[in-house]
Amino acid sequence: MKDFLIPFDGPGGTGLHDDRDMGTPASTSTSMVTLSIDGFEVTVPEGTSVMRASAELGIEVPKLCASDNMAAFGSCRLCVVEIEGRRGTPASCTTPVAEGMVAHTQTSKIKKLRKGVMELYISDHPLDCLTCGANGDCELQDMAGAVGLRDVRYTPGDNHYDPSGTGARSQAEARLRQPVGINNPQFIPKDDSNPYFTYDPSKCIVCSRCVRACEEVQGTFALTIEGRGFDSRVSAGTKLDDFMTSDCVSCGACVQACPTATLQEKSVIEIGTPDRAVVTTCAYCGVGCSFKAEMRGDELVRMTPYKHGKANRGHSCVKGRFAYGYAAHKDRILNPMIRDSIDQPWKEVSWDEAIGFAASRMRGIQEQYGKKSIGVITSSRCTNEETYLVQKMARAVFGNNNTDTCARVCHSPTGYGLGQTYGTSAGTQDFDSVEDTDIVMVIGANPTDGHPVFASRLKKRLREGAKLIVVDPRRIDLVKSPHVEAAHHLALRPGTNVAIVTAMAHVIVTEGLYDEEFIRTRCDWEEFQDYVEFVAEDRHAPEAVEMLTGVPAEELRRAARLYATGGNGAIYYGLGVTEHSQGSTTVIGIANLAMLTGNIGRRGVGVNPLRGQNNVQGSCDMGSFPHELPGYRHVSGSEVREVFESLWNVKLDSEPGLRIPNMLDAAVDGTFKGLYCQGEDILQSDPDTKHVAAGLAAMECVIVQDLFLNETANYAHVFLPGSTFLEKDGTFTNAERRINRVRKVMAPKNGYADWEVTQLLANAMGGGWTYTHPAQIMAEIAATTPSFANVSYELLEEKGSVQWPCNDASPEGTPLMHIDGFVRGRGRFIRTEYVATDEKTGPRFPLLLTTGRILSQYNVGAQTRRTENSRWHEEDVLEIHPHDAETRGVRDGDYVRLASRSGETSLRALITDRVSPGVVYTTFHHPTTQANVITTDFSDWATNCPEYKVTAVQVSPSNGPSEWQQDYDAQAEQSRRILPAAE
Amino acid sequence: MSSRTTGEKLVYMANQIATFFESQAEGTRAERVAEHLRSFWEPRMRDKLFAMMDNGEADGLTPLARRGAEIWREFGKAVLAHSEEE
Repeated sequence: MKDFLIPFDGPGGTGLHDDRDMGTPASTSTSMVTLSIDGFEVTVPEGTSVMRASAELGIEVPKLCASDNMAAFGSCRLCVVEIEGRRGTPASCTTPVAEGMVAHTQTSKIKKLRKGVMELYISDHPLDCLTCGANGDCELQDMAGAVGLRDVRYTPGDNHYDPSGTGARSQAEARLRQPVGINNPQFIPKDDSNPYFTYDPSKCIVCSRCVRACEEVQGTFALTIEGRGFDSRVSAGTKLDDFMTSDCVSCGACVQACPTATLQEKSVIEIGTPDRAVVTTCAYCGVGCSFKAEMRGDELVRMTPYKHGKANRGHSCVKGRFAYGYAAHKDRILNPMIRDSIDQPWKEVSWDEAIGFAASRMRGIQEQYGKKSIGVITSSRCTNEETYLVQKMARAVFGNNNTDTCARVCHSPTGYGLGQTYGTSAGTQDFDSVEDTDIVMVIGANPTDGHPVFASRLKKRLREGAKLIVVDPRRIDLVKSPHVEAAHHLALRPGTNVAIVTAMAHVIVTEGLYDEEFIRTRCDWEEFQDYVEFVAEDRHAPEAVEMLTGVPAEELRRAARLYATGGNGAIYYGLGVTEHSQGSTTVIGIANLAMLTGNIGRRGVGVNPLRGQNNVQGSCDMGSFPHELPGYRHVSGSEVREVFESLWNVKLDSEPGLRIPNMLDAAVDGTFKGLYCQGEDILQSDPDTKHVAAGLAAMECVIVQDLFLNETANYAHVFLPGSTFLEKDGTFTNAERRINRVRKVMAPKNGYADWEVTQLLANAMGGGWTYTHPAQIMAEIAATTPSFANVSYELLEEKGSVQWPCNDASPEGTPLMHIDGFVRGRGRFIRTEYVATDEKTGPRFPLLLTTGRILSQYNVGAQTRRTENSRWHEEDVLEIHPHDAETRGVRDGDYVRLASRSGETSLRALITDRVSPGVVYTTFHHPTTQANVITTDFSDWATNCPEYKVTAVQVSPSNGPSEWQQDYDAQAEQSRRILPAAE
Repeated sequence: MSSRTTGEKLVYMANQIATFFESQAEGTRAERVAEHLRSFWEPRMRDKLFAMMDNGEADGLTPLARRGAEIWREFGKAVLAHSEEE
């Protein structure tokens, strides 16, 4: 199918990028077994299948139902072999190797058997290969060739592929499922309900690979084999379902697994098969999945998960696998634009004019209002190299530290909390670690929607027997889904996280469940004793906090005991922890729990923040925060500043710059006048939209660099077109600190990669930068940042990816942190006093709104809304409990008015008991909803991370969009006018 | 919420910081408030807070927040004096 794969791993290569399907999963045994296959000796781990051992030798045993990402099934009977001293012809996929075994994969008996099997398969398969979407990429076709099938002796009879057939089977089924005019009751028309792939039952060989992939890899159990014998066929949901109405989450695992064209990407049907593939990294969530961008010419045919990707291990979700169409969407802006004021239409101009206009305005502002009157916002959707350059722009070109990033509004408390307790601002584990976890505690995260590929790996571990504790106000899918059920769901009242984690610590301490040896050897004992004295107070007991958290005391006690005593305990958390006025305190509390129980420093344990966007970790690492230079080193440190000052040949500011909310406040106050905002849409994503709009409107130059005219661009004076992740080189760093390569697979449609645009602007302002490739930027990062000292593009090519710290102490990176000791020396216990948020419910606003995301959409939706993913989520809806709906006269699907002290909006109601009484929930993916009109400017005490997760609201019936929404739509429409370029 | 002025927000934020350190072990609470403010607040935020304190517009500050801000101000003066000596 593919002519070549980048990075290339041809003859003599390391094998790292060997993309072959080895047939069955690798054995993890350390005992080795030596056997002979076709006269060649091979030594493999005990438990390896004969099929895989053969593959290790380069002998490909024919197969149809086997694949190395799922357990052997032994159904296709094509992989049979002969083994000396054993009877019959066992399937090589289900037969484990044995010491001294002598196997033969090609004998006259086997050849005859295989040909007979293939003949049966082909006798019930449409021979339309020349027009089939899988032509050239079909394992059935390959196997027919491999076994030398040259004719089919069976006369046509009952079959599944000929709609005009006259078979007499299952007439009842025919009446149920088939349209008029189809005479063959076994024929089922193609299901093209899914926007991304088709299901053509006539081509199905019932190998069950799709069903097993859905179960074993994805863990959704949406598919099954319905019927028996000749009636067997793959089915999504019930007989009345199609793929779209079934439980299918469109992860693509089934399509990936299908050996025929039964499940086939529509893009391949439309375009044809790809001729090359480039390994790159997904630009959606913080899991950071590796993909092959499969190309024909410069057209992207499809994205397929890369089996050697160390974060995703060959799996994908609906976003990364399919939702890339935004890159070529008609809404994309490809020409630079400027305007004097935001009430004017945009004017398309050349790059030179746009950059000159922007540079002149920014310098003019500095001359009039001072050096610190402008700043930047870096993007967690851009590469490390691009982010590094944007913060460098602020520090070295603007001459101030006014740089911030969207991590401000998501995981900044993680940086503070883990930095204070452990000494480093990152998660402690790699994703593989979950395979050794016994107790998983998920706090304020919804992995099946927000981090779906990690969720699949987590669910696999849960199906193997690990126990689950969920701490979340909503009944997220993990609480109860096929073959997964939480041992404890602590459905706390929003805003009471600190009370919950402190109460858990109270149980662990007062019941003597803490790991004293770990604490004595790894943590500060005096601080521990102070902490014990604090948490042991009766006011922190589960019974004492039950009234305010809403969590039954006994349930909390049992959950705490399970976490402390159940074996390897790992905590995974998300924005439900951080986006509170006590976000940092909760992170500290989580770190305390892990130290208390000794759950740090080995596989299967740890504290794991699930990062929202693809490069949130990286953008923080790269010095995007206004108080820290790259590598989390405070700007007040003269030695650190000198490193950069000598390299950049400028004097750096030693005082912190403004954070995003402070920038907006200063703008309203008239002291902050210019902003360069790369790849973020703060108007939609940040809280208290009216205040964000007021801040932006008060500025004299807002430069937006993005793919689309986003909401922030409505207030911009300069629009610089952005490039997609397909159009540039660079790196992303995922939630496990893994630095992955992003590879350019096509030229930037806008003319420049984002790092080049930043360089143009910097140089127009006197920067004097001379980068010609992102590898040079990474070299500068490595030269200035100790935790990246050994990182280079050469190392990434060689290893695939590395996890920081990657330096002389850990030349190939650090999968697990704090193994022999904490980065800060001794782990630090810190008291976690619960302080109720000032955002309180009352008679006017009696409900608590909490926000989140769903599987098919991503963040502000700028990308996913411009794909078919919107078929699953066309608008934000308000989840409301039946009791709350009934008392307000709200019916399912009604438009409702959602009002808070900040503002109001309207959206449709979804009545569900997924939320508790008194709690409502919505997403913020759609600008028409403007959910952040509702959220307030309360924020985390340490970091100013907004309190998105708690807003007091009222819900009432409504006739449609609010006045604010109507005004906003009108303003946005006016703002997006574009004058054509002058001739 | 957005009706709050920047000054009101600064007082609120300083009090939030002080509330956290109020719960920590006695001894260096005010110093830790000062250190937090020094580490994370931009100079114009600092200057505005000090001006409000001088003008009697920061009455809403809790005692610990006020003490922390004063330590921060003394520290800043010391740094300034030191740099002028050099």
